[in-house]
Amino acid sequence: MSAEKLQTWLWLVQRISASVLAVAVAVHLVTIIAAVQGGLTAAEIIARVGANGAWAAFYGVFVVAAAVHAPIGMRTVLQEIKPLPNFFVNALSALFGIGLLIMGLDAVNILYRLGSG
Amino acid sequence: MRLQYMRRDHPTWWAFAVHRLSGVGLALFLPVHFYVLALAIEGEVRLESFLVWSSQPWVKVAEAGLIFLLAAHLTGGVRLLALEFLPWRDWQKTLVAVSGGLSFGAGLLFLVNAY
Amino acid sequence: MQGTLSVSIWRGGEAGSFQPYEVPRRDNQTVLDVVTYVQRKLDGSLSYRFACRVGMCGSCAMMVNGRPRWTCRTHVSRVTSSGKLTIAPLRNLPVIKDLTVDMTDFFDKWAKAGGVFKPTATRADDFAAIRPTDQKHRYADAGIECIGCGICYAACDVVAWKPGYLGPAALNRAWTLVNDARDGNGAARLRAVAGDDGCLACHSQQGCQEHCPKHLNPTAAIAGLKRAVAVAALKGRL
Repeated sequence: MSAEKLQTWLWLVQRISASVLAVAVAVHLVTIIAAVQGGLTAAEIIARVGANGAWAAFYGVFVVAAAVHAPIGMRTVLQEIKPLPNFFVNALSALFGIGLLIMGLDAVNILYRLGSG
Repeated sequence: MRLQYMRRDHPTWWAFAVHRLSGVGLALFLPVHFYVLALAIEGEVRLESFLVWSSQPWVKVAEAGLIFLLAAHLTGGVRLLALEFLPWRDWQKTLVAVSGGLSFGAGLLFLVNAY
Repeated sequence: MQGTLSVSIWRGGEAGSFQPYEVPRRDNQTVLDVVTYVQRKLDGSLSYRFACRVGMCGSCAMMVNGRPRWTCRTHVSRVTSSGKLTIAPLRNLPVIKDLTVDMTDFFDKWAKAGGVFKPTATRADDFAAIRPTDQKHRYADAGIECIGCGICYAACDVVAWKPGYLGPAALNRAWTLVNDARDGNGAARLRAVAGDDGCLACHSQQGCQEHCPKHLNPTAAIAGLKRAVAVAALKGRL
């Protein structure tokens, strides 16, 4: 793929994941603000996500979108802070994305499984 | 260095600055967030003890700050999406102010509810 | 009128320093008047550019108190109340001497961005029929008045952070050509403005629009380019 194609697709994916996140974050904000009323407990979190396919799916999609969006953003910041070689910037960003994906999906999975008892 | 000095104080520049800072802040926070949630695997007690620790006032203020960053990044981002995908409108600057206001509101709402 | 201005002017090349000058304050004085006074009465070795001195050519663009402006159209009273002025060469371009900069990069990027019209008709053909109400024609019209003064380029932080970034003026010109129904270089031009050094690097800080003396809006033009480039990529035409 040519450099122009890659950059354009990265830009597009960034905007698309942004749209997904716009919805997910709005939901997340409302959820947190409501949940924090009267104090937040682990039991409450587990009760929401545990064994609940809908919430787990929601957070799963949320994680994937964030794991795509954040590294592309960080890549741009890295490029502008210091003139580093392209390969290095791309590799670092990709690693960051993979790390987020693994940690995020792991957390969702854990919370989901806890609900099954 | 002094030769390259430039005064920048128009609203849309601040919108960019907030968007970038909040983005970097959130990106750095995400791994921490996922790690904490995964603490649940060590048993509900482990996650619960973290949550108790986090009920300290300074932590709550820091969390409100994070909420602000999230809301700011969201509203700033939606403004950018509109700017890039919809035909140009000259009341962009008003949108910047509105975004800022909404973000601040979200942070405040969190703080109020946390108590 | 009363008093004097304390003026700090950059002297030297890339390496140099700000030198102080005292200039008598006058009514209706522009920054270009100030620079001219210094060169004629105080220090004949000062180098600077100007031509029309009436806000038409863009040659006199410099950094005045940290902002890029046409010095012939900048009244001193508008930029300082304390009588202090700092005048520096345009940002983001190599300094030749004192207040003159090398505009080569600026115009090279114009060409790199596909800012050249490629004709598709000959003199034997009829005129292209383009209605005044045509949307694309209006987009082109909105950006066509650019005279290449370099102020937007100086104002842009992305230009400062990414030396290869094509910049607002070049991209604005590319946009006017993308909207020119008579032009035949569409595909190549979109490829030229896609990529990390092209329109996609713009963060919509709008420093360009904020400072353009002709009130053009390169940010809007670049947003249009982003859409055009994205559509081309989706259609496999990039």
